[in-house]
Amino acid sequence: MSEEPVAPCQARPGEPPVQVTDEQVNIEDIEIRLLLEAIYQLYGYDFRSYSKASLRRRVMHRLGMSGLPSIMAMTDRVLRDQAFFVTLLNDLTVNVTEMFRDPEFYRAFREEVVPVLKTFPFIKIWHAGCATGEEIYSMAILLEEEGLFDRAMLYATDIDKNVLAAAKKGIYSYAAIKVYSDNYRRAGGKASLADYYTAKYDGVIMDQRLKRNIVFADHDLATDQVFGEMNVIVCRNVLIYFDRDLQQRVFRLFRDSLDMGGYLCLGTKESLRFSGCEEHFEPVVGDLRIFRKRQLMKRDTR
Amino acid sequence: MGASWGGLEAYTAVLGRLPATLPVPVLLVQHQHPTAGDKLPWLLDTRTAMRVMSAQDKTALEPGCVYVAPPGYHMLVDSDHTVCYSLAAPVNYSRPSIDELFYSAGHVYGHGLLAVILTGANEDGAAGIKYIKQRGGITVAQSPLTAEAQAMPQSAIDTGCVDWVRDLPDIGDFVVEQVFGLQE
Repeated sequence: MSEEPVAPCQARPGEPPVQVTDEQVNIEDIEIRLLLEAIYQLYGYDFRSYSKASLRRRVMHRLGMSGLPSIMAMTDRVLRDQAFFVTLLNDLTVNVTEMFRDPEFYRAFREEVVPVLKTFPFIKIWHAGCATGEEIYSMAILLEEEGLFDRAMLYATDIDKNVLAAAKKGIYSYAAIKVYSDNYRRAGGKASLADYYTAKYDGVIMDQRLKRNIVFADHDLATDQVFGEMNVIVCRNVLIYFDRDLQQRVFRLFRDSLDMGGYLCLGTKESLRFSGCEEHFEPVVGDLRIFRKRQLMKRDTR
Repeated sequence: MGASWGGLEAYTAVLGRLPATLPVPVLLVQHQHPTAGDKLPWLLDTRTAMRVMSAQDKTALEPGCVYVAPPGYHMLVDSDHTVCYSLAAPVNYSRPSIDELFYSAGHVYGHGLLAVILTGANEDGAAGIKYIKQRGGITVAQSPLTAEAQAMPQSAIDTGCVDWVRDLPDIGDFVVEQVFGLQE
């Protein structure tokens, strides 16, 4: 630009901030890769194929909170301090969830998927990446209200054993329950959410009867194998944390774990477009990301 | 770009000046309630020559397109220039957060990035503006006097890391000028 900035339009010049060069950024990226390698080697959790941008934000967040001088120092701490690792693990796995999160999804599931499930003698449902369990209890409640829970088996899996333990307990805060009750109503709930929990201490505990057909198990989508013959797989807002290659692995895993005609339910921003197996699925409720595994004609089998 | 309170009018004014041929992608965060629905891209699309959308996760960024962060998700740029969403905790009480977008874009684009902070009632975006400046990017703030809510552009300016302060009606043309300048 030929024109020089004129005084009123230019911001007050402050102290110029310390530059962060491309080289420094590159070094940080290497440090993060070494941290992930250390975690994998020592603890067996594999974050090496997670989306770089969001991993990086969470590592930097923990670095800021920890007061440690560098990512290398954090790696050192992770290798020697298991409690610190558990904290970091909780950051990296992003266990944000709600009961009946995206109520319109549950409403569509009730209207479009449940009628088909009612024709089956027995139903197997896998919640992959169930975090602290809110969505698995949502599904249990929905199936109970539709008279399907007694012939269903729900498999709730997560990479993180600590959150699985929390999921198993099913204890949630009052503040959260307020939001969940609203979601439940908007999801087409037939009773009151309060019918499914008991107040306890400063929160609520989900009813034991909802746990009767739920199996909790640890499973790492990045490294573990097929979980067979499912009628429904629910995996919402988990794949966004993976890079494209890992996403493709997981989509193949889901395809191979589903029965023919089985349903795959994704998060509202997740797509099959980059899955590498789009042709194996057809949309049931496209905008709410409910898909169905379809029979391929021989000529389009790859 | 980032905005909060008063953002719809501000984005309308800025995007309205951007041509379909803008040779770069635009990413924007507007603070919204998580249950707001995904109507903003559709609304903004009627007010600019660029294509406005709420992208699917992992979509490759393309020139001439505007990507709007969906309510309830942080929107980041990944190193392969794709959209990446996250449900990590709100930052500055906001998800999407402007800081989250600015940090990730600053990391990936360095001096090839231009960041604009518009009207808003909190301090989201100020830390991100500083980081973008550290990475050599160009930073612009709406002049607080022309902002419906002054806190956001003002806190960005207060970091001392804003290169240019412009009145709202001038920001669109200024962005075009700078982008074509960067291309040369």
